[in-house]
Amino acid sequence: MSDRIKRRKLDLAHGRVDLSHGAGGRAMAHLIGEIFHAAFDNPMLRAGNDQAAFEVAAGRMVMTTDGYVVSPLFFPGGDIGSLAVHGTINDVAMAGARPLYLSAGFIIEEGFAFADLKRIADSMAAASRAAGVPIVTGDTKVVERGKADGVFITTTGVGIAPRDLVLSAEQARPGDKVLLSGFIGDHGVAVMSQRQNLAFETSIQSDSAALHELVAAMVSAAPQGLRVMRDPTRGGLAATLNELAQQSAVGFRLDEDAVPVRPEVAAACELLGLDPLYVANEGKLVAVAAPEAADTLLAAMRAHPLGRDAAIIGEVIEDDHHFVQMTTAFGGGRIVDWLAGEQLPRIC
Amino acid sequence: MKYVDEYRDGKVARQIAAAIAQAADPSRSYHFMEFCGGHTHAISRYGLEDLLPSNVRMVHGPGCPVCVLPVGRIDMAIRLAQRPEVTLCTYGDLMRVPGSHGTSLLRAKAAGADIRMVYSTLDAVAIAEAEPTREVVFFAIGFETTTPPTALAIKLAAAKRLSNFSVFCNHVLTPPAIRGILEHPDLAGQPGPRLDGFIGPAHVSAVIGADAFAEFARDFAKPVVVAGFEPLDVMQSILMLVQQVNDGRHVVENQYIRAVTPEGNRIAQAEVAAIFELRDSFEWRGFGRVPASGLQLREAYAAFDAERRFAMAEISAADNPACDCGAILRGIKRPTDCKLFGTLCTPETPMGSCMVSSEGACAAHWTYGRFRDHARRAVA
Repeated sequence: MSDRIKRRKLDLAHGRVDLSHGAGGRAMAHLIGEIFHAAFDNPMLRAGNDQAAFEVAAGRMVMTTDGYVVSPLFFPGGDIGSLAVHGTINDVAMAGARPLYLSAGFIIEEGFAFADLKRIADSMAAASRAAGVPIVTGDTKVVERGKADGVFITTTGVGIAPRDLVLSAEQARPGDKVLLSGFIGDHGVAVMSQRQNLAFETSIQSDSAALHELVAAMVSAAPQGLRVMRDPTRGGLAATLNELAQQSAVGFRLDEDAVPVRPEVAAACELLGLDPLYVANEGKLVAVAAPEAADTLLAAMRAHPLGRDAAIIGEVIEDDHHFVQMTTAFGGGRIVDWLAGEQLPRIC
Repeated sequence: MKYVDEYRDGKVARQIAAAIAQAADPSRSYHFMEFCGGHTHAISRYGLEDLLPSNVRMVHGPGCPVCVLPVGRIDMAIRLAQRPEVTLCTYGDLMRVPGSHGTSLLRAKAAGADIRMVYSTLDAVAIAEAEPTREVVFFAIGFETTTPPTALAIKLAAAKRLSNFSVFCNHVLTPPAIRGILEHPDLAGQPGPRLDGFIGPAHVSAVIGADAFAEFARDFAKPVVVAGFEPLDVMQSILMLVQQVNDGRHVVENQYIRAVTPEGNRIAQAEVAAIFELRDSFEWRGFGRVPASGLQLREAYAAFDAERRFAMAEISAADNPACDCGAILRGIKRPTDCKLFGTLCTPETPMGSCMVSSEGACAAHWTYGRFRDHARRAVA
């Protein structure tokens, strides 16, 4: 960065993004330099190339990409920035892989405050440093006011999985156990509590977290027993299990009493007419494991802070219809079906 | 969760189930209609069907406000929302309800109509206040439960002298629908359902009172038990109904004493009466026109009546002729009796009213209970 550019500082307290910050000129260089490079600083980024080049160890390369369009941008327990880092790390980690690097693409709406952008960038930087997964390349675009909801972030992640570890969604087999790493619905309720037309008071914080260390502990404990892992984000636990049921051509039978739900989340869902099984999470994983490995994996999960409340919540069953069934707390049966459209609060 | 967990205790549920099994006379069968979609939802969501003896059968009723809203009224709302000056505010579960030709508010919104989902009538008033250049219309639907908040919104808008707020009123009344089922149980030559009693609505009764259902116990010799929406409320109410039938009694009993009184909420009733009056008749989806079953704004509040303000033309649109919603809403048929169920008609692509809202009989069975159909077929 030249001295001349350095002299023209952004007004980070009061300034706003305008179209010049996406035009490829000096203003854009200021924005990227003072907000993104300052926050994410690392040798690869500092090299200033349009790509990052790095050595990779032996193994299977894992790659994922994800877009983040959350509203509101800031919520109890996180923001769109930390979410973008955690979500992508988790998608890599669910393959049993060690995440190595991230890229970040920003689509920013004209008029967006520098202060908020810096807050988001700092949060991303903190999340990536804490996880040990640097952001090594990126992209910035600015669109006219009204064409984006503040800021959208797309992150791509790469990682390496051991060559002999293959976790995949079609590997669930009847008799396998279903493990869940903790309480469901925290993220969705935390976000909903901040929505302008729905604001309600809750002590619930988003569970947004990077799960790769928890995954590493599980892979280390019982690598042969793991069939598939997935983080149940949008659509909640219900969507994830329905996807796995289809992909593995099996059914699931859950025990309602065994699924961990915080009383505050249950209460908020009750108020809104929602089902916690369908509410989003950002720091939880579901694992399907061979029955003989389930207890070992559960112990490994519970020994990690992010799996302290882990539980075995059900099992894989034979079912030509690929239903996710649940034995209710009453001993009756029900389906945990795909969500039809968006889960909407009911009228009465 | 205080005051909720107490009503979801599985152990107590099994005890009540055992009491029902003991009380139910094996030489006879019992058919009880739960009028309200909230009860249908609870029965399905908690798998209560599995806890009842085979001779106690629940018959799902028409009590889902989204389900009984006719296609024509949805079409009217969509047409209104398409006016450039209008912002239509609506409860979330109305967004996906199909109008004619595969339209819905959700699709109209995607096509550019200004349709906003609100969680309270007061949110709609706030939008009108904040955006004085927009004509803000609240799309009001629901039974007696949701009418007082609509009345409150109109009262508030009047007090604030808002000239850009109005209500598209579709509020309907519970008792005329129950009377309709009892007086005309048959439909198009199909014999009516056997009904030995009713589970009375929960929230509706909190407003209009348990006594509102006395006419059915008296005139039609049907026991009524007003029940809360929690699963233990439903189980206990079924036991109370079985006992009434066994004893040859037919009175209104109130299981939901923590919320419902015999006379109901007089203040809410007065607020509603001040602003609304009966329509001569109102169309119910699957029912046709039911006399004195809907509400409209009184003349004094005509300025807040969207139908008058925008000279909205009444639209009448027919349901899909292959759809058995009418018979299902009256308890004559079960969801699986309809040939569209699970084929053309699913929650993703609802054809008929019963599949539209999560509280409709077909949606509840599809979403929570259809595994039983496959299990039954496998056994057969």
